[in-house]
Amino acid sequence: MFLLACRKVFQTIFVLLIVSVASFSLLKLAPGDPVEIMLGNEYSAEAHASLVAELGLDRPLAEQYLTWLGHFVTGDWGTSFIARADIFTYAVVEALPVTLTLAASALGLAIVVGVPLGVLSAVRKDTVWDAGAAVFALTGTAFPSFFLGILLIWIFGAKLGLFPVMGFVPPWEDFWGGVYHMILPAFTLSTYFMAMIVRLTRATLVEVLEQPYIAAARARGEPGWRVIWIHGLRNVAMPLVTILGLQLGALLQGAVLTETVFSLPGTGQMITSAVLGREYGVVQAGVMMTATLFVVVNLIVDLAYPFLDPRLKPT
Amino acid sequence: MTAVLSPAPTDQQPAADTADPLLEVCGLTLHRGTRKIIDDVSLSLGRGETLALVGESGAGKTTIAVALMGLLRRHEARIEGSARFDDMPDLLALREREWTRLRGRRLAMVFQDASAALNPCFTVGSQLMSVLRRKLGLSRAAARTRAIALLDDVGINDAAARLSAYPHELSGGMQQRVMVAIALSCNPELLFADEPTSALDVTIQAQIMRLILDQTRARGASCIFVLHDLALASQSCDRIVVLYAGQVMETGPSETVLTRPLHPYTKLLKFCVLEIGTRELTPPAGGVPSFDAMPQGCRFSTRCPNALPRCASDKPPLLQVEGRMLACWNPQ
Amino acid sequence: MAVTTPTIDIAEKQPPRRAGLLRRRPFFTLALLVTLGFLLCAVFAPWIAPYDPTFQDIEWMMTPPGAQHWLGTDSYGQDILSRIIFGARYAISIGVFSVTIGAVGGLVIGMAAGLTGGIVEWLLMRLIDSILALPSLILAVAFIAILGQGVDKVILAVGIAMIGPFSRTVRADVLQVRVQLFVEAAGLMGIPRLRIIWRHILPNVIYPLAVQVTIRISEAILVSSALSFLGIGVTPPPPDWGLMIAEGRGFVSFAAWMSGMPGAALALLLIALSIVGDGIREEFDPKLKSGA
Repeated sequence: MFLLACRKVFQTIFVLLIVSVASFSLLKLAPGDPVEIMLGNEYSAEAHASLVAELGLDRPLAEQYLTWLGHFVTGDWGTSFIARADIFTYAVVEALPVTLTLAASALGLAIVVGVPLGVLSAVRKDTVWDAGAAVFALTGTAFPSFFLGILLIWIFGAKLGLFPVMGFVPPWEDFWGGVYHMILPAFTLSTYFMAMIVRLTRATLVEVLEQPYIAAARARGEPGWRVIWIHGLRNVAMPLVTILGLQLGALLQGAVLTETVFSLPGTGQMITSAVLGREYGVVQAGVMMTATLFVVVNLIVDLAYPFLDPRLKPT
Repeated sequence: MTAVLSPAPTDQQPAADTADPLLEVCGLTLHRGTRKIIDDVSLSLGRGETLALVGESGAGKTTIAVALMGLLRRHEARIEGSARFDDMPDLLALREREWTRLRGRRLAMVFQDASAALNPCFTVGSQLMSVLRRKLGLSRAAARTRAIALLDDVGINDAAARLSAYPHELSGGMQQRVMVAIALSCNPELLFADEPTSALDVTIQAQIMRLILDQTRARGASCIFVLHDLALASQSCDRIVVLYAGQVMETGPSETVLTRPLHPYTKLLKFCVLEIGTRELTPPAGGVPSFDAMPQGCRFSTRCPNALPRCASDKPPLLQVEGRMLACWNPQ
Repeated sequence: MAVTTPTIDIAEKQPPRRAGLLRRRPFFTLALLVTLGFLLCAVFAPWIAPYDPTFQDIEWMMTPPGAQHWLGTDSYGQDILSRIIFGARYAISIGVFSVTIGAVGGLVIGMAAGLTGGIVEWLLMRLIDSILALPSLILAVAFIAILGQGVDKVILAVGIAMIGPFSRTVRADVLQVRVQLFVEAAGLMGIPRLRIIWRHILPNVIYPLAVQVTIRISEAILVSSALSFLGIGVTPPPPDWGLMIAEGRGFVSFAAWMSGMPGAALALLLIALSIVGDGIREEFDPKLKSGA
């Protein structure tokens, strides 16, 4: 068991190394000469040469990579011209929490609403409820989230004026204010996952309810609600977590878009404005940060499997 | 040899061999869509008796057991008839809430495939104790003690340690023992055992059958076995009900029915078992007719060596003959 | 079986024939029609669209949907209906081309990963993992950073970003086919490896890949529209739907049709493609159905 975990951790680190090489190449492949940009008006051949030497840009690539990697791991990510702050603070301290809050609220909302809907749909199979849920499941996964965001802004912001349509209030500073500002963005982002969760819960639960152990539970006199919610759902947990683990990428992706629509100062905005402003250092930081996050969370999910389905525990 | 047929007290009622039956099923009929899966089945069971429902696959034996436990969903089948259980006039008229109270406590079931009937995500102990706490209201500590005692009763060594085992960690035989323990945990009055040994190795089969019989006897409970093994039925059960395609062919004390069978189908079954020498029930030649082609009368008439023209159209009533109940126009 | 009655089965209906597909699944047929509609718009845009999509009519700026302009006009006076029709060209062509790039790339890498062993396979797997470590949008953004903006760059960026998911499914298929007995048998009979790959493995991989392609086209369209929406995809004046939605965003409170119409078009196409993709997968995926 422990050996397996070690192996997975090693794999993860290796993957991150590959990503880091790719990120490093990103910087090198980007058009434009960063030294020229940095010098700006003070450009001259000598200034160029000396800055190049100073920054170590004349060293062999492999050495540059290792230096960069060293800096990266220690948190020295350079400075951003646009944000006028060091990139590490910009990315991890300011932008990331916003994205994480959004992602977590969206996921939480999706589960809290999606699972009961899925259960309802499975238990009332082939009725109006089921059909309605199926339609929701279908459209929810295909509907473009950024358009949904704008739609919600139009309905709830412009027409009804119920919720704020932009800006972020950190919930750890002002909880209810934070919630208030987060409602529309979280709902927008959660729709896709809610639809998927409804579909998955329904499909899995329908299968689970056919199983002999469900009949056996009823034969033991377990009340209906316990049979469904405890015996049934427990077996849904595993496929649900698997799929959600696979969908983390989509969650991040959706967060990027949603942040733009609702003007939330998160990772998405950070990367996008960096690309437009040709700030490749920030793009690179964003890419590395996202990849690390994604890969680490996947690792955690992977290691958690045996706890969810005891059949997977290597004996 | 023609048997002398003497009418039973009423056409519908099976003879109650015991004075005060625990379970009395009258005219149980089950429709699924347009198909009549179970056709007018009646049986009775005394207290402390064991009964075997015997027949080929598809005869409806499991369906009857499941229906009598109220486990058929309403939209799955339309049920007619009545089932008197002890002081309750009709089980089949109960609502789900009343069924929940009854099951586990007064009625219980042991399923065929124990590995599939135990929830893989919960330990054996938690499944057992949950029944004890829920049905008997025991505290956690009391339930644990009782659970260990139960596991001991069913012959599981090292019971205390086994409580924290998951079903997949146990062998097939042990899983079945656990199921028996769970089923008997609240001392039910009636236990259904649906082919409890079919999924097990031959060597274990006898042990499990013995276990179920001993335990039910010790608790004074009655037991209905669903079996396809005729020999097993004869060894273990007091009474037997021979089913074919959802109809009762013959029923009575198992010794009477099996040593001197009167119904052509029962004779055929016995012949097959003895002749081939296996203990399995191999179906007589031909096949069970599909539901579209099912005769209105006796469903065995299509394959019966004694079939008369009236057999296909007139269903023979279940009548008392020579110490058992028989449904046949031409038994010979 | 403990609960369900073992019923005596009348011979089951034969598996439905392909021809009846359209009649059996009304939603699928509807979705297919909608998709075809968009396809027609894309191909015959110059003949269908009432106006030139880039013609700016200052008099008719920001008019709501009406008789002259069925879906209204935008802030430059351009007819939205025409822009949507032409936009279909961009959406569909970007979708198709980028998916092709992704599928081809995925096929190569996936086959390589599935057919090799040892350290090479391990490395390829890590490579695939690393591509998959980033969601397609962010990956595409990174590529745009290097390549720059524009329709062709978008196609390339989205295409490369899709190599990851494709290679994973291809590899899984290859692994599955590889252990089939007929492949082993062919090997034992001394048939050269390359031939085995070409004649036995490849066909079994192409089929599910084709199914995947139809499913992922909508994803490609979504990502490319998202890039344009973010402002780092297609650059104006081409009437990309994502661009149009972004342009209309600021005017949502009083000219909602500017974002609403292209958004509705995008949503409609994506939903239709999703239904079609699902239907195709249910009918043709050899893993789901026993008969092919």
